[in-house]
Amino acid sequence: MSIFVDDTTKVVYQGLTGSQGRFYGRLNREYGTQVVAGTNPKKAGTDVDGIPVFANVAEAVEATGANASCVFIPAPGVKDAVIDAAAGGVEFIVVITEGVPMHDEAWFFNELRRDYPNVRLLGPNCPGIISPGLCNIGITAGHIAKAGGPVGIVSRSGTLTYQALYELAQQDIGVTTCVGIGGDPVPGTSFIDCLEAFEADPDTKAVMMIGEIGGSAEEEAADYIKAEMSKPVVAYIAGVTAPPGKKMGHAGAIVSGGKGTAQAKMDALRDAGAKVGLNPTAAGALMVDVVAQL
Amino acid sequence: MDLFEYQGKQLFAGYGIPVSPGGAAETVDEAVAVADRIGYPVVVKAQVHVGGRGKAGGIQLAADVDECRRHAAAILGMTIKGHVVGLVWIEQASDIAREYYASFTLDRSAKTHLGLLSAQGGIDIEEVAATSPDAIARIHVDPVEGLTPARCEAWVDEARLDPEARADTVEILHQLWRCYEEADADLVEVNPLILTTDGVVRALDAKVTLDGNAVFRHPDYQEYEETQPRDAREQEAFHKGLQYVGLDGTVGVIANGAGLAMSTVDVVNEVGGQPANFLDIGGGANADVMAGALEVINHDPKVHAILINIFGGITKGEEVATGIVQALERVTIESPIVIRLDGTNADQGRAILQPHLSDRLRLEPTMLDAARTAVQLAGKAG
Repeated sequence: MSIFVDDTTKVVYQGLTGSQGRFYGRLNREYGTQVVAGTNPKKAGTDVDGIPVFANVAEAVEATGANASCVFIPAPGVKDAVIDAAAGGVEFIVVITEGVPMHDEAWFFNELRRDYPNVRLLGPNCPGIISPGLCNIGITAGHIAKAGGPVGIVSRSGTLTYQALYELAQQDIGVTTCVGIGGDPVPGTSFIDCLEAFEADPDTKAVMMIGEIGGSAEEEAADYIKAEMSKPVVAYIAGVTAPPGKKMGHAGAIVSGGKGTAQAKMDALRDAGAKVGLNPTAAGALMVDVVAQL
Repeated sequence: MDLFEYQGKQLFAGYGIPVSPGGAAETVDEAVAVADRIGYPVVVKAQVHVGGRGKAGGIQLAADVDECRRHAAAILGMTIKGHVVGLVWIEQASDIAREYYASFTLDRSAKTHLGLLSAQGGIDIEEVAATSPDAIARIHVDPVEGLTPARCEAWVDEARLDPEARADTVEILHQLWRCYEEADADLVEVNPLILTTDGVVRALDAKVTLDGNAVFRHPDYQEYEETQPRDAREQEAFHKGLQYVGLDGTVGVIANGAGLAMSTVDVVNEVGGQPANFLDIGGGANADVMAGALEVINHDPKVHAILINIFGGITKGEEVATGIVQALERVTIESPIVIRLDGTNADQGRAILQPHLSDRLRLEPTMLDAARTAVQLAGKAG
């Protein structure tokens, strides 16, 4: 089993005709993902390696039955692309694009929450999602992951996610689904969304969570773990020794109220019963112990 | 991108927010010329990207030309929390009756915008927030809905400002909201927002952080990019388009991906070393980017060892290794280098590096081993 995607997921690539969209669209298809369509209003009716291109997501959905989209559109066009996808009828939108303005993200997150409450957004600025052996949407190198279970991964960082997948595979530990939620200020899918889904997924028996300094998403996840999770969680937080980031005026200090440092996040997670590794290797070793005891 | 106060005030003025007349000056003579033009008394204000200017003596009232000359001379060149003052803002002095506080920023937890308004503004606003949170009126603004007139008025009422300030403040908050949204700001903060003895409300300070991701909509922001405070290393990295943050240690760090770079800095510390920098070369790790990164680190005189930590994903190990070898042919490196290369086709990559290995170029199997070796080499050299 997996969360959010599986081998029945049919994906339309918005921006399939661009260099990034073409490159990763092909790679995802080679991995086994059902890449059923692309969009580009100027190239409707053409195809990329046999993948048909439509003017918009609605037409792609009608013709192919796509139920997810993956956005490789450059940052200025992402706001429109997300709404095109939601209005076009997909249930899951993965935005890989980095550099999306904060006000755009905040706007389309709330627009989806209001008018398309059943649509799940992942990203922006994320590596995507992979259920090893079933579906890979985005830029994760699929072959580094071992399929199966029992571990689910949720991460704010791209390369650290790959590192985690790789270390688990080296130990012969499989992964149900690995979700890269991205490091932007308004992530469409949060740690808590993923923890909730992993808690409900019968094949996921333990969760690896990779966080970073800044914001309070990890602290909120810790509250959730403490209150709701029965499955063991191993966590790693990057940025323990990062210099204090620039302070966002007094407003930032008033809003954060002492949260946001790696230490605060690790303390909150330990207090919630999670095992916290001081570096990625240590976290991997902790997960090996957890899996051995399942 | 953080703006200087004077840049923030110019931005505010463009949205109709009232600010005091003034001008920026880089020299004492320029400061006096501005003061003569706008009329005394004036306030001489240090332009730096940190708070606490007032407490550090960076804000002074000048009653006449002699005082203006004296204060400008003292403030220009002053160091405030490590920032050297290169510019002062001269503005007409205000007769302050009351000091308020107003701001808009993103509430990352609620995933909506958050406005803060207080009748107790001024230098101790964080203290107010900690000791009497009720003194700060908060409003969550849905980005789709925007700040509606009715909610804005209710917000101002909740903050219990002086009655004569109410109408002006409501209008200013609408303008401030429009500035926050249309100018793509991550933060707009006015502290203090003053009520003058004449009953006028005005922004006496401006703290603005703009979103660097929105520059495509605001080509004029390029100017702000150029004036961000950077040390020599950061300036070089900026012009090479690298994600670089200078630190104080002796181990130069190069990694691909922000998370891995941050993690590498952590591990160097964990094994007893001091990182000289954070440098993320992105996913690709090709020869050009690698050479640029090595050049920046090479110019840092404190660096005594370099740690390259690459995890290959889509980019294969052999491509990364070839990039490193090519970069080393182009740049003469002063310090020994330790490489950790893992991930996709790491074995092929390591095989490419093998013939080039020496005391000055080492390969280690794990991130921890590589960090230990780099720290040891840096210690010997230091």
